[in-house]
Amino acid sequence: MNTEILGVILMYVMVIALAIPLGRYIGKIFNYENTWLDKIFNPLDKLFFKLSGIDPTVEMNWKQHLTALLTINAIWFIISMLVLTNMSWLPLNPDANPSMSGDLAFNTSVSFVTNTNLQHYSGESGLSYLGQLILMLWQFISAGTGIAICAVVFIAMKERTATTLGNFYSLFVRSCTRILLPIAFVVAIILVFNGSPMTFEGKDTMVTLQGDTVQVSRGPVAAFVAPKQIGTNGGGFYGPNSTHPLENPNYLTNIIETVSISLIPIAMVFAMGYVLRRRKLAWTIYGVMTLGFLLLVIPSIMNEMNGNPAIEKMGIAQSYGSMEGKEIRFGSAASAYWAIKTTCTSNGSVNAMHDSMTPLTGMFTMLGMMINSFYGGVGVGFLNFYIFIILAVFVSGLMVGRTPEFLGKKIEAKEMKIAMVIALLHPLLILAGTAISSFLYAGNPAEYAGWLANPGNHGFSEMLYEFSSSSANNGSGFEGLGDNTPFWNIACGIVMLLARYLPIIGPVAIAGILASKKYIPESNGTLKTDTSTFGLMVFAVIAIVAALSFFPALTLGPIAEYFSLY
Amino acid sequence: MKSNIFPAIKLTFVCLVFFMGIYTLAVYGIAQFAPNQGKGEIISSNGNTYYSNVGQSFTDDKYFISRPSAVGYNAAGSGGSNKGPSNPDYLAEVQARIDTFLIHNPGIDKSEIPSDLVTASGSGLDPNLSVQAAKVQVKRIAKIRGLAEGNVLQLIVSNTEQPLFGLFGTEKINLLKLNIALDKLK
Repeated sequence: MNTEILGVILMYVMVIALAIPLGRYIGKIFNYENTWLDKIFNPLDKLFFKLSGIDPTVEMNWKQHLTALLTINAIWFIISMLVLTNMSWLPLNPDANPSMSGDLAFNTSVSFVTNTNLQHYSGESGLSYLGQLILMLWQFISAGTGIAICAVVFIAMKERTATTLGNFYSLFVRSCTRILLPIAFVVAIILVFNGSPMTFEGKDTMVTLQGDTVQVSRGPVAAFVAPKQIGTNGGGFYGPNSTHPLENPNYLTNIIETVSISLIPIAMVFAMGYVLRRRKLAWTIYGVMTLGFLLLVIPSIMNEMNGNPAIEKMGIAQSYGSMEGKEIRFGSAASAYWAIKTTCTSNGSVNAMHDSMTPLTGMFTMLGMMINSFYGGVGVGFLNFYIFIILAVFVSGLMVGRTPEFLGKKIEAKEMKIAMVIALLHPLLILAGTAISSFLYAGNPAEYAGWLANPGNHGFSEMLYEFSSSSANNGSGFEGLGDNTPFWNIACGIVMLLARYLPIIGPVAIAGILASKKYIPESNGTLKTDTSTFGLMVFAVIAIVAALSFFPALTLGPIAEYFSLY
Repeated sequence: MKSNIFPAIKLTFVCLVFFMGIYTLAVYGIAQFAPNQGKGEIISSNGNTYYSNVGQSFTDDKYFISRPSAVGYNAAGSGGSNKGPSNPDYLAEVQARIDTFLIHNPGIDKSEIPSDLVTASGSGLDPNLSVQAAKVQVKRIAKIRGLAEGNVLQLIVSNTEQPLFGLFGTEKINLLKLNIALDKLK
């Protein structure tokens, strides 16, 4: 069998083999059960709380959880702005890189605090090492925020009536120290021993074998890349992210980095199964997510391996497939696999340039972000899926004439209203943003000529992708877009803020309201939510609500480009 | 809100010290045991040192040439062309690269040229070539350097890196190592 395909199969098998035990471990952490790492982490967590003056045993209701989350995120944003606009004179700047402009710092700070990691700068010239390290901090703790708030929803889904749902700070610190830190540390060590730099020295100048003088940008790369991959962050140390040979040196590191992308998102589903003692529900959800993921990834791999038809016509060999924007050491199968993984999970790191992929692969990457819940981001991916479950319960309840109930709680008008608003927010942000930018561009193509690197339908796709990526808190891009302008910095910044916090507030509110309702034990009249029938129902809701909203826009972009090429 | 502000500031500061400081230093400490103390993998030849992972530009006909690059293989920066598959300017550029290659390599049929040789990588620093991209240059190199074609072909075979464990990923050649070996071939 083709070794490129075997590599892809290995990566999928590895991730599921690791995600099942990890999900169990994460479940134990949320349940405050004993684990074998307690000896290290119990004293460490105690130290965290002692120094911060926080009592981790105080119970919070859902509103208090959200207040705590929003407050601490606001503080991170302020610190980030201060550092990024003053990097030039702060320490750890061996390459004498400049500070960021206000609008770029706004975009970057929002981007990293919201776990999006859209980058309108290039790491080599746009950040000092201090800037890189502060962004690395957000890569840990913004991911910790998502995991912690997802744990709150798990706790709310338990079979009981309750108004208090644990302590936010406690869940947050446990997520950071006990889940993210150990995995990041292992990944960083593997990278260091495979040739990723971990140094504080600046650029190195050297003469090549042919006699050209060039420079090589270095830095604390290995430490930075690990949390980038595992926390569905995706903001690269270097401009072109994990295509860079120092950020992702060989096929082995590519396997490790690819597995890291979806490890925690998948493990969170199994963690839910453990916390609620509903393994069958976890497998149903995992099944729906995997079905969606496979439907996107298989055609993408086929398209990239088949190559670009316009180049085919020139009469050269395309045995490696479509190679523009791709690295030989990964090949087109592993590049297409990464592209779909990273867009389905809201990671946004890349190991090949999405802008140069064949039209349908470009469309599938966008669909991954538009749906944003086939695995999804750490924690928040499950929250997005939760909204679709609520919608599916309601729709199927109406279809069979039963009261819509989910895990023993009645779903009523208020919860449905919240769920509808959140489900419609994502298409609204993406389509309105794309409409405004297209309107501006079409009105004055000369003034905005720097925006698009490609003409026609593909240029439209570049704008559609940028807003999809911002609204999905993904962070990858069709990087041909000239996006470091006040318009893109501010527009994408606003979209990222709305698209991060409203889809957290909505599901937490629904879960919090449901938790306080009377628990109704399951009976013969209850709609079963852990069956494959219900799974298909959820899949249908996702296809109708999410995917179809975007069909007209996709027709103008990648689908039209497809028909012009094939 | 108010009761949250000071604990949140203090907790942020603790996280900063731990995740930005202690974690980074721990990885840095372990990096001191890695090849070249974590400053990137190096190979030496004739007293010069090169980064073995970072691609170099080879445009001279006497070397195996490298893939096109959007950043000219200057690793002070990095990046891809970001050209879309249907962009007419881009397709014209690829056609021009094919034509140039054919002029420099007489006797080669264009169906022998693999696409990686006329397309730019994502990083602009791709250190590799496909095996076919090296083989298609054998005729030219042998002629310029006055070597037997069989010897140059043998060099390619001995520099071919198999997929991981022979099973996973692509077969490839590290172009820098190949060209260093080529310089040593008599």
